[in-house]
Amino acid sequence: MSGSWEAVIGLEVHAQLLTRTKLFCGCATSFGAPPNTHVCPTCLGLPGALPVLNGEAVRMAVRTALSLGCSIKESSRFARKNYFYPDLPKGYQISQYDEPFSEGGFVEFEVEESGGQAKDAPPVTKRARLTRIHMEEDAGKNLHDLGGGSVVDLNRAGTPLVEIVGEPDLRTPAEAAGYLRALRDVLVFLGVNDGNLEEGSFRCDANVSIRPAGSSTLGTRVELKNINSFRFVEKALAGEIARQRDVLESGGRVVQETRGWDEKTSSTFSLRSKETAQDYRYFPEPDLPPLRLDEAFVATLRATLAETPRVKRERFVSELGLSPYAAQVLTQHPRVAAFFEEAATLSLDGVAVANFIQSEVLRDVTTRGVEAIFPVTPGQVVEILKLVSQGKISGKQAKELYAKAKGTTASPAALAADLGMSQVSDPAAIEAACAKVVADNAKQAEQYRAGKTGVFGFFVGQVMKATKGSANPQLVNETLKRLLGG
Amino acid sequence: MDTVVAVAESVRKGDKRAVEIAETALARIEQRDRDLHAFLAVAKDELLAQARAVDEKRARGEALGPLAGVPVALKDALCMRGVPTTSGSKMLEGWRPPYDATVVAKLRAADALIPGKTNLDEFAMGSSTESSAYGPTKNPVDPERTPGGSSGGSAVAVAAGMSPASLGSDTGGSIRQPAAFTGVVGLKPTYGRVSRFGLVAFASSLDQIGPFATDVRGAARVLSVIAGHDPKDMTSLTAELHDYEAACGASVRGLRLGVPEEYFAEGLDPDVEASIRGAIKALEADGCSVRPVRLPHTRHAVATYYVIATAEASSNLARFDGVRYGLRVEPKAVSDQSQGSALRAMYGATRDAGFGPEVKRRILLGTFVLSAGYYDAYYLKAQKVRTLIRRDFEAAFADVDAVVCPTAPTPPFKLGEKTSDPLSMYLSDVYTLPASLAGLPALSVPCAPTPSGLPVGLQIVTRPLAETTALTLAAAVEASHPRRDEGRR
Ligand SMILES: [Zn+2]
Repeated sequence: MSGSWEAVIGLEVHAQLLTRTKLFCGCATSFGAPPNTHVCPTCLGLPGALPVLNGEAVRMAVRTALSLGCSIKESSRFARKNYFYPDLPKGYQISQYDEPFSEGGFVEFEVEESGGQAKDAPPVTKRARLTRIHMEEDAGKNLHDLGGGSVVDLNRAGTPLVEIVGEPDLRTPAEAAGYLRALRDVLVFLGVNDGNLEEGSFRCDANVSIRPAGSSTLGTRVELKNINSFRFVEKALAGEIARQRDVLESGGRVVQETRGWDEKTSSTFSLRSKETAQDYRYFPEPDLPPLRLDEAFVATLRATLAETPRVKRERFVSELGLSPYAAQVLTQHPRVAAFFEEAATLSLDGVAVANFIQSEVLRDVTTRGVEAIFPVTPGQVVEILKLVSQGKISGKQAKELYAKAKGTTASPAALAADLGMSQVSDPAAIEAACAKVVADNAKQAEQYRAGKTGVFGFFVGQVMKATKGSANPQLVNETLKRLLGG
Repeated sequence: MDTVVAVAESVRKGDKRAVEIAETALARIEQRDRDLHAFLAVAKDELLAQARAVDEKRARGEALGPLAGVPVALKDALCMRGVPTTSGSKMLEGWRPPYDATVVAKLRAADALIPGKTNLDEFAMGSSTESSAYGPTKNPVDPERTPGGSSGGSAVAVAAGMSPASLGSDTGGSIRQPAAFTGVVGLKPTYGRVSRFGLVAFASSLDQIGPFATDVRGAARVLSVIAGHDPKDMTSLTAELHDYEAACGASVRGLRLGVPEEYFAEGLDPDVEASIRGAIKALEADGCSVRPVRLPHTRHAVATYYVIATAEASSNLARFDGVRYGLRVEPKAVSDQSQGSALRAMYGATRDAGFGPEVKRRILLGTFVLSAGYYDAYYLKAQKVRTLIRRDFEAAFADVDAVVCPTAPTPPFKLGEKTSDPLSMYLSDVYTLPASLAGLPALSVPCAPTPSGLPVGLQIVTRPLAETTALTLAAAVEASHPRRDEGRR
């Protein structure tokens, strides 16, 4: 992109709330059930059925808004958004329109600054404002071309969503991606959303326009629909920005429309123009009274708010001495962060715990949504590291012990004893082992003494091999240096 | 025919078996409904099963509910599990709800018997039961005349002695006007007093279910069974219930009545006016005080109502799209083969075939008033006027306990008289719309018929949740106007 244009991007995110039941009925919200098995008169839109607001969804939505710094309205309203579509059973979606339950707020995110700066410059923290957050119900799913016709699955119909509407504060695709990641982290850490773009539980639309750099007026904006993976966010936005630039630079005019992203051709395509835009005929939902959220209720929820991942990361660095990178890795998932924190609390050495989790445990962790399965408990990790710090086992043995402890409830200390693991710290035993290795490798010893100190590692390796990794490495180093130096 | 209370007492005491009552009701329906067409479906097997269950319950020595063995017919806009529910439309022909409306569940719990589903204007849109897709219902007082609407079938079921009580729904007068036209008692409770769960919606902010009965006490007893908060309807009220039956025996002495001058204006039939003024005089003689009140925004009620009710209806009826249930009409020819246009053609064909002209008219009106560019001028303005109409009543109720006026401007009109003139049909609800817009309880009780013998109803409107005051006054009106036996043949 030439330097003369600036992009203006605002994101709208739809996030499914992880309630047990739907927004307006008692049907279970579950992914992957047989079609039309989680339905009732209300979510099927049968004549006479009425919506009843799910209190759990309201609490999750308010906690989301509070975590993002939004103000909560004491009174808000639901509205009907009217349009016909087979996956919309009532012919209208219950949403919030001119009186949403929250306004304002912001997302803080990190973005790598590019362009002339050092490659490994730390990421820059930015803040983008939110317009509002409101609640609404999800639609069902249309499935096409199954045995010739189209069918509808209404299991998803009525699933609670929050729509998080951002201000057009983003300027680059990288910022948009950073914003989206940060927003997802906040929701996932709150436990209100599983952050899954591919399965559609976290969906993003983007409004994009471009203008001459330095201009303060907005260009004609295009809405990009359903960006369903983090990988595509930057690509789709970059593609659309390039398209708009080409249009303008060739003397054309950007048309206000809705476009989709085609990953095969890496380009956007027109879905519908403004002329065919729907008139949704919003009006207040007469089946639901205004939603009242009094101060005491909001205060109770505020008191239950957990740290946001950003705050947690900062604390891991400032209080536990982790590197920013380690803090980042350990806050990728709320359960991982919780696992680390529990282990760090039990141990006295947060850095050692962080290193061990990163190097060993993480590769065996499986996550699904907000759930995660760990191969060991935090207590087992702490016990292994304690054996190391007490000099009872070596770092190498710690890895072996972890491998044995995986998937068991065994105490690592007992396991180490059973396996006969103990680090050899007896200077006499090490002296004997080192002397034997030096004697058996006279040629290399000669080389070392002649100044070729690079072979030192060879001797260490041979000693460790001979002691099956149980020798105290520090002692081995000292002993070898003494013997070879003689 | 016996009253609700008399039937329930006879069953409770063992003087009559519920099965006998059910059989009598079926025989009566068989005899009368061929001509009157009050019923769209008679649930004979269900009725007899319910009656047997009541008799068995009594035989076991269990306490019986307050409507034990009392037939209560249902307007066909109310869902009853497994029984066809059409709402008077081809759109829902043959559809059987998989669930009971809350009022139906409450009737069952009170040991009532449900003889079947009664005729109505299509989706309750009308004032004569003539817009039903299944043909009109006739007024038992004069079969040339309409019973009013939209709950015409439920009114006639009671007026013709086929059921001592029935349920209707009232959006702009659909209980009160047919009650007045057929000479029975009809009560629209305060908005939210009765759960709407299971009522096929017309206009959600106005719809309210209520009873018809041969007498005031019967209406009170049915109300006491169906009223109350329902967790399935968030607009239902949590306020405690009153003793509605006791109110029927209370004294009217000292009650202050307001007579709105706006209701005694051009368009009011002189015979109706004479009857209404007579009823008010009689109440005065019983010890009520009477004073004029002003409800200055009454003249905007028809316009306001037809904006709000049609707006809500246009949205409520969107679910009838041929996708999940009810009628589906596959279009004959689709010009362009894309999936989207085939779908739109199916919507169009289905809704064109399924809805009658009055329903289409209201969907179009409602869609228009909610459209971008018109919303403020119509819908929003109508909501503001609705507030003014509510304030009119609040001001009036600062000085009086009830507003009394005609239920309808004319006696029952002839079948076909207004079907080609929607506006004159809409104006027949001019006196019932304001209380609907204000969400107030309102009741129609028969007073003296016209000289030619046509029924006239006095409308009593009271403060929110003051159904008791309306029942007290209605019982006094009833006492001074003994009910004629079941109308002319
Ligand atoms: Zn459901």
